[in-house]
Amino acid sequence: MMSPSPDLRVERLLRDLAPHVLGATVRRFRDFATSEDAVQEALMLAAMRWPRDGVPDNPRAWLIQVAQRRMLDKLRGDVSRRKREAAAAAEGPIATPAPLEDEAQLDPDDTLVLLFMCCHPALTPASAIALTLRAVGGLTTAQIAKAYLVPELTMGRRISRAKESIEASGVPFSMPDADERTERLSSALHVLYLVFNEGYTTSSGTELHRADLSAEAIRLTREVQKLLPNNGDVAGLLALMLLTDARRAARTGPSGELIPLDEQDRSLWDREAIAEGVALAGAALSMGAVGEYQLQATIAAVHDEAARAEETDWPQILALYEMLMRASDSPVVALNRAIAKAMVDGPEAGLAMLAPLQEDQRLQTNHRLDAVRAHLLERAGRRDAAVELYRAAASKTASEPERNYLLMKAAKLSEPTF
Amino acid sequence: MKYMLIMNTPRNGYEQYMKWPKKILEANTAFMNTFSKNLQEAGELLSTAGLAAPEHARLVRAGKDRKSITDGVFAESKEFLAGYWIVDVESPERAFEIAAEASTAPGLPVTAADGTPIDHMWIEVRKILGSHKDL
Repeated sequence: MMSPSPDLRVERLLRDLAPHVLGATVRRFRDFATSEDAVQEALMLAAMRWPRDGVPDNPRAWLIQVAQRRMLDKLRGDVSRRKREAAAAAEGPIATPAPLEDEAQLDPDDTLVLLFMCCHPALTPASAIALTLRAVGGLTTAQIAKAYLVPELTMGRRISRAKESIEASGVPFSMPDADERTERLSSALHVLYLVFNEGYTTSSGTELHRADLSAEAIRLTREVQKLLPNNGDVAGLLALMLLTDARRAARTGPSGELIPLDEQDRSLWDREAIAEGVALAGAALSMGAVGEYQLQATIAAVHDEAARAEETDWPQILALYEMLMRASDSPVVALNRAIAKAMVDGPEAGLAMLAPLQEDQRLQTNHRLDAVRAHLLERAGRRDAAVELYRAAASKTASEPERNYLLMKAAKLSEPTF
Repeated sequence: MKYMLIMNTPRNGYEQYMKWPKKILEANTAFMNTFSKNLQEAGELLSTAGLAAPEHARLVRAGKDRKSITDGVFAESKEFLAGYWIVDVESPERAFEIAAEASTAPGLPVTAADGTPIDHMWIEVRKILGSHKDL
């Protein structure tokens, strides 16, 4: 039997409340792994009942009470829990508890503390992502499994193992001290960026957008930004996500085919998201040291502010990539700088800049270098070489829409023009 | 009952596919999308995937020290797995029907290893073993 689909407003509310309920429960019981299960059960019970019975007057207190009751049951053992569940099923709706007297149980920083914990560098990125989406995002294991196209049992194990690693590493449930905080924030932002990217362009499979993941990454980054409003990396990342996501509707054609930036119908771009992203990217630049996210966001803002592709301010983009090269040794940044160079000084100048990258081991099995060279060769009028590299890139990419796009480019170029 | 519908290509099938003209590539992509979507809407599709070109594939086994030994050469393979569908259907006949439809995907005739042209791809239909509760 399918569970009833919870009404969207309830789901939204539950996801907002999840980290606060978990924070209060962990602080009382000092047992993250079990508390997280108890909160998840409370959320699922609410998702079932609230659409039917109405949202209680103090939904947070309701959830905390149910989660903590579950927690006590778990500590008392399974036998008594089963009895209680049978009794609870018979007893009907849970009475709304009075608002919490002890507001000290609540702490707005819970979201951050939890996020730091779930994105601890001891975890693999896949584990950190899964645990963050469940513990901080309030998603169910089934929802996370569906978004990542893996079986629910597998995702459940990934989450349990992540919790075991946290327990084994002995990370306390408290705000890391100032020295450690910068590093932990950078891991957390990286995890959020990975979630966003997974939703924006999937690394495998036929569906290019899994919009829910991008929306969730934006929502969580927004929460972090509210708590750390003067942090340039956080503002930069949020701006980058908004400015990238704004192009979603224009990014694919009717049957899911990729449309590159210069061919997109810009009237489909989300103006509101762009306005917010541009303002935020601007503000981020004045918040301390300028890092990768601020620079990437500024580049995205320059693209999004051009009414037509031909109006893009490529010299400015090239200058920004030069700055980015100093902040990062990522070969992908070097590829993008070469594209900008080609737009400013012609395709041959871009190709010359790519030459040293052909030795870069990190790009050997990646399709991007071949794809970029193919584009520049095409622009330089060297059709045969371009066709060959488009096909080489197609055989390397792990994305089906991208493979189709690259094969189409090759096919179009190899047909005689009249 | 569950079946795996397997699409194989001859050794150089990927290279041939990559050189198809634009119109045929478009028709093939559109066919595959619609085909999988229809199976999904009929409630019969469990999973489907296309495989990347075999040039980066590796053969792997454990050596004496149990560490992996890899080999990139497939000199003896005549065919490669190109993709598959796993379906849950009422009868073997329905699985055959789906496989027959899959074989009509538009494309240029592919040349088999022995030089004969294949106009409709063979789709291999294999029953998936279940547990005792499926008996």
